[in-house]
Amino acid sequence: MSNLMPVSSLGGAQHTGYTRIREIGPMGMISLRAKPDVAGLSAAIKAVTGCDLPAPRQILRAGDALAGWMSPDEYLLIIPHSDVPTALQKLAQDLAGQHHLAVDVSGARAMFAIEGPAASVLTKLSPTDFAALGPSELRRTRLAQVAAAFWLEGDGATVVCFASVARYVFDLLCHAATPGSEIS
Amino acid sequence: MSARLPKGGRLIDRNFPQHFSFNGRPMMGYAGDTLASALLANDQMLMGRSFKYHRPRGVVGSGAEEPNALLTLGEGADIEPNQRATQTELFGGLQARSQNHWPSLNFDIGILNNYAARFLPAGFYYKTFIHPRAAWKHVFEPIIRQSAGLGPAPTQGDRDHYEQAYAFCDVLVVGGGIAGLQAALAAATAGATVILLEQSPHWGGRAPVDGDVINGQDAADWVHETLSALRAMPNVTLRSRCTAVGVYDHGYILAGERLGDHAPSTATPRQRLWRIRAARTVTATGAIERGLSFAGNDIPGVMLASALRDYVVNYAVSAGDRTVLVTNNDDAYLTAIALHKAGLAVPVIVDARTELTGELPAAAAALGLRIVTGRGIARVLGGKRVTGVEICLAAGEGAVLETIACDCVAMSGGFSPVVHLYSHCGGKLIWDEAGAMFRPDPNRPPTGADGAPMVLAAGAANGHLSADAALADGAAVGISAAKDTGHKAKAPKPARAQTRNEGALLPIWIMPQAAPIQLRAKMWLDYQNDVKVSDVQLAAREGYESVEHTKRYTTLGMATDQGKLSNINGLAVLADSLHRDIPAVGTTTFRPPYTPITLGTLAGEARGDIFQPLRRTPIHAAHEAAAAYFEPVGLWRRPYCFPRLGENHAQAVTREVKNTRANVGLLDASTLGKIIVKGPDAGKFLDMLYTGVMSTLPVGKCRYGLMCNEQGFLSDDGVVARLSEDTFLCHTTSGGADRIHAWMEDWLQCEWWDWQVYTANVTEAYAQIAVVGPKARDVLNALGGMDVSREALPFMGWLDGTLGGIPVRIYRISFSGELSYEIATPAGHGMALWNALCAAGADHGMMPYGTEALHVMRAEKGFIMIGDETDGTVIPQDLNLGWAISKKKADYLGKRGQMRTYLASDTRWKLAGFETLDGSVIPDGAYIVADGENANGQRNTQGRVTSTYFSPTLGRGIAMGLIRGGLDRMGDVVQFNTVQGGTIAAKVVDPVFYDKEGTRQDV
Repeated sequence: MSNLMPVSSLGGAQHTGYTRIREIGPMGMISLRAKPDVAGLSAAIKAVTGCDLPAPRQILRAGDALAGWMSPDEYLLIIPHSDVPTALQKLAQDLAGQHHLAVDVSGARAMFAIEGPAASVLTKLSPTDFAALGPSELRRTRLAQVAAAFWLEGDGATVVCFASVARYVFDLLCHAATPGSEIS
Repeated sequence: MSARLPKGGRLIDRNFPQHFSFNGRPMMGYAGDTLASALLANDQMLMGRSFKYHRPRGVVGSGAEEPNALLTLGEGADIEPNQRATQTELFGGLQARSQNHWPSLNFDIGILNNYAARFLPAGFYYKTFIHPRAAWKHVFEPIIRQSAGLGPAPTQGDRDHYEQAYAFCDVLVVGGGIAGLQAALAAATAGATVILLEQSPHWGGRAPVDGDVINGQDAADWVHETLSALRAMPNVTLRSRCTAVGVYDHGYILAGERLGDHAPSTATPRQRLWRIRAARTVTATGAIERGLSFAGNDIPGVMLASALRDYVVNYAVSAGDRTVLVTNNDDAYLTAIALHKAGLAVPVIVDARTELTGELPAAAAALGLRIVTGRGIARVLGGKRVTGVEICLAAGEGAVLETIACDCVAMSGGFSPVVHLYSHCGGKLIWDEAGAMFRPDPNRPPTGADGAPMVLAAGAANGHLSADAALADGAAVGISAAKDTGHKAKAPKPARAQTRNEGALLPIWIMPQAAPIQLRAKMWLDYQNDVKVSDVQLAAREGYESVEHTKRYTTLGMATDQGKLSNINGLAVLADSLHRDIPAVGTTTFRPPYTPITLGTLAGEARGDIFQPLRRTPIHAAHEAAAAYFEPVGLWRRPYCFPRLGENHAQAVTREVKNTRANVGLLDASTLGKIIVKGPDAGKFLDMLYTGVMSTLPVGKCRYGLMCNEQGFLSDDGVVARLSEDTFLCHTTSGGADRIHAWMEDWLQCEWWDWQVYTANVTEAYAQIAVVGPKARDVLNALGGMDVSREALPFMGWLDGTLGGIPVRIYRISFSGELSYEIATPAGHGMALWNALCAAGADHGMMPYGTEALHVMRAEKGFIMIGDETDGTVIPQDLNLGWAISKKKADYLGKRGQMRTYLASDTRWKLAGFETLDGSVIPDGAYIVADGENANGQRNTQGRVTSTYFSPTLGRGIAMGLIRGGLDRMGDVVQFNTVQGGTIAAKVVDPVFYDKEGTRQDV
């Protein structure tokens, strides 16, 4: 069983346009639902990700792990895939007796890295005002016809979408990154 | 003739000749030309034929207002009809064709309509083609369609690609003329983020052509300086070749950017649709010159005075050697002066006014140009080209005083501000007597969500026609827009332009004033649709008082130019005919788009592979490799069946069903909805959502449940598994996952916000594979790792474990009536599990099956399918599912609704099975007919089929359906209708056709 490796939606697809588009993964992802005032929540998130409790619309990084605010009672924890089972156990222990839901959604999502001027690509697909986007802001939005979320790091970005539409989102990003169609 | 002048042309580059063709004839222009200027340079004045009378048409304008010069560009997959030559940038290799003529542009048979024009007045079609009714469809319409129409529709797919983009700003300035530049500068200096759009490739608008002097320098220099200043500001974005076409609520603006029209390439997007949110929009869209209504004003060679000036100054193209200028205002004298300076002859300037007081007429007189006042044009002479004009008294009936030979007529009836964008969202206009124009009413602007003006007009678009006034207005509006968006800065000094002493304009709507019908019937208002002064007057006589009705009756302003030239002249004629003031008649409604945009930009990236999102399961690639035939299920693509070589789909389905019942089948059920529900109140919550009781479900067990909406109608169904004391997993239908998850959250967030329940939609986190059939257990045992015996994992139980080293959760549930295991595994292992099962099943005759076999097998077992047996009007009781409704619960969603008399009635159609007497398959959608007819003379019905299949297991047609009386009708023989006529006899039977006792699934 130890040699059984999960596969990501597109097997690490890559494309080079005026930015590089690269599927990341498989990543470990936990959807954690709890109100921010739940006792021990901050410590539980810290224990699993090393990150503080993210403020509204914020995503924080500590090494390979991230913790993002998804809604007033939902957080997204991104950690190495192999750490998910222990992380779930830890969350269950730390939040025992507190009303919460922690569930492994690693397989439900696909992730892409946009390396290069990502805002120029994403502004073709998402109604996002990039001038108003904070440096550590997790933007839940849509890419063309599907739900997605992204955040910027440097001039690049990380995109998260549902696994079933991974191919669609990858193709969208590749089309948007057509060389010669840069938006100045 | 029209020709290229030996020197000049501020926009062309004579070092770069561009070769193109018109109707197959090779021609040459220069980089910087428009197609219209290049055609004129090649003496091609005739560019098309009009819509109704097929009259010869030459170019009239030089921009968006052009009604005549509509050409078809390209060939084959690149063909694009109805392109305005005046806005088409010339490029090497461009192929243009004229339209709406047969057999040729020069000789057109449709011109016969012209000679019959007196028999084709306004409303001719409405009046003539009413009777007999049948003749419209079979005789009149085909003939009219044959003769009408502009360019040909493309017959091949578009090779180009398109994209969209979003932008946000404080202040969007539309129009890169001097007012727009000044407004953008003012707003940006104050700190606002500014986007400035210009529809043409060039900035500065008319000012450089008109020779305006700004801040003591040439307008072109000021434009250049201002552009440099704007480009240096980080808060400013400039886009040329970008036309704002519509303003919508909440400051939403659509703009079409032409990226590759002037340099075609299939590698990069051809056009881009901008979707802009602006807190304030400034429309500095300029003004468009109006023509004058005199007889023969549509003959090629009659052009707008400002356009003629554009061609001479911008492109060094003369439309003719001898140009007669006819005007009612001073501005047009700029054209006479420009022509004179270019060495062209202006034999006479015909001015309808009796007194000239302005500087420009004096300047023209000083150049020695002859000016006649109080005069007008009685008639233009010529056919395919102007040969002369007859001059008369402007106030008279058209008696000819003088005939002057010429090959071009420049006309000017004053300017109309471009108020389209300002008006799209409800901005109102007022009539400006002095300028004889509608301009934005400062007291009734379009307002935004904050109740404040959302669109502000500036410059000529706001009625400030002189350069100095336009600059001052641009600056004021720019500062105001910046202030509105929270920016404070001291106002920069606006640029000042040299002013001129101008004489007043004299409104002229018909020339000459008292023209007889013979002349009025040759005065064109709408060139493209052939609407004349006499047509509007006829409409008025026939009782059309509303300008909107007149527009539709006469087709005035309904052509592709949307009346940019004709509207004001037309409504002035209407007002005159109705003896009313122009403002009392008003304008027609301005609607987007300002100029047409391509369907390609509206579609954007959504074509081909990314036309719509296609959802794929983790096992999709295996199905593709197996050459599965897919069907859409929502946005999912699921295998319908897996045809083998030589099999049709029906044969494949039959094989898959038989093999599953005899051996073992494999189904990708990953699309099944999976929602985790957790919390201290989870049981209570599910008891409300489902009609049955879920809170009593033991951990480790599964239970089938129904969900209804508040009205009581069946909405979704599925199996619930209890994972732990406070956690449930709810399976939904494939199409229902997102909807049911949203439904749960709706109740939790809005109604039962104090219940402690969290949900998570984990549909895509797991691949789910059903292993179905008598040998299913053998296959799982072959993989090994779990005890899946009846004792260890009984029917309606679930178990976690590993199969062949893969982590799984196995549910003992069956939708086929066979021994069945539904195996869930994390999505990342889905493909591995599928492959492992295929390998393990090979020795047991295992075959994958698709959705159709799934449907057939569930129908054989009498299991309902949401969407087949339900359609939003069916309650569980209709489907004999009363057993799944708790009688003990105080409440559940839908309970109250189901108590309403209509839903509780025993006359409702209820579920039963049907067996055709001859073994055939009842057609989908068939009704069960009853005796007699209803009030509409239709056959009465007593039921309908809901699921109908050929059952490979039973070897004949089986069906489920709803029938009045339901199972009480067992044994009755009823008649189903067919589309072909006739009926099919079927016996009412139990809907469970196969293994009624359920022994096969519980082994």
